[in-house]
Amino acid sequence: MTNLEIYNVLQKQFGNAIHSMDEPHKLLTIVVSAGAIIPILKYLKEDPLMNYLFLTDLCGVHQPNIVGEELGIIYHLHNLQANRRLRIKTYVSAKSPKIDTVITIWKAANWMERETFDFYGIQFIGHPNLTRILNIEDMNYHPMLKHYPLEDGTRTDKADSYFGR
Amino acid sequence: MALDLSTPKNKIILDGNLAEAINGEGYQLTTFDKAVGLARANSLWPLPFATSCCGIEFMATMASNYDLARFGSERLSFSPRQADLLMVMGTIAKKMGPILKQVYLQMAEPRWVISVGACACSGGIFDTYSVLQGIDKVIPVDVYVPGCPPRPEQIIDGIIKIQDLVKNESLRRRNSDEYKLLMKEYGIH
Repeated sequence: MTNLEIYNVLQKQFGNAIHSMDEPHKLLTIVVSAGAIIPILKYLKEDPLMNYLFLTDLCGVHQPNIVGEELGIIYHLHNLQANRRLRIKTYVSAKSPKIDTVITIWKAANWMERETFDFYGIQFIGHPNLTRILNIEDMNYHPMLKHYPLEDGTRTDKADSYFGR
Repeated sequence: MALDLSTPKNKIILDGNLAEAINGEGYQLTTFDKAVGLARANSLWPLPFATSCCGIEFMATMASNYDLARFGSERLSFSPRQADLLMVMGTIAKKMGPILKQVYLQMAEPRWVISVGACACSGGIFDTYSVLQGIDKVIPVDVYVPGCPPRPEQIIDGIIKIQDLVKNESLRRRNSDEYKLLMKEYGIH
């Protein structure tokens, strides 16, 4: 199946929920609406033609300039038999960063969703244990959101006085 | 036999200083502090807390080319209970901080800490939300060894500085007011 064929099949199946398609570096990338993420991913996994059995990665994106679509959730799928890859993108607003969990489809999504929650604060509805996984438990913000500084506030050896400023 | 304390040959040099020691035929007198300090300094049991590349330099320091055994520190202790010297080598993530502190607390007095490399000393290049900006944020440090990573010679220099401390400090520095205040600042009782 070519990329276009896959896109057309999805469009036929899900209509308006499929927004756009792109092929950066020949990797088929499809933007879908967040509300339909479960049926779309379920279809991609279970349909014998699609056969995307493997969830390679699940991650987040923060793009604060795009109002209403500030937070992205990106799913990387892999059809191991045909060695085809597919990237599904979906966006939610920063005001209500909520999306259904895909643990019901891939158990492997458990830790990936915890990581995405940890770094971006995206709420995965239905997740059995949505707690921090990588950062220290008492951290009180989501560090990959761009309005937080990358640097640590407790650094002491970079004060101007050390450099004669 | 009367001792003539004024003759120079009856005084020995300890640690580069004229020490309070008296030599005679078949015996030597010195202070308890000096003897214990000398014994402690030359039989330090290090606990290597190696988390990254500085740990690799430490492996070189332990191996035959540099051979830390020459300084009486060849016996690594992987149990904090038996260790005298905590050697922190590498980046300490904030999540590792409480574990490092726990290891330090499990060590018995007298205990010393050497911080090896830029990351352990100050956070190094990792000025970021996930990394502890120097281990002295959670435990007190006796000697800092700079470098990214430091060469084995520098680590040995740090060990020698620790040995100087061990030889010259009071035998029970933990009873001093200064030490108690320092521990209190770190919330260690």
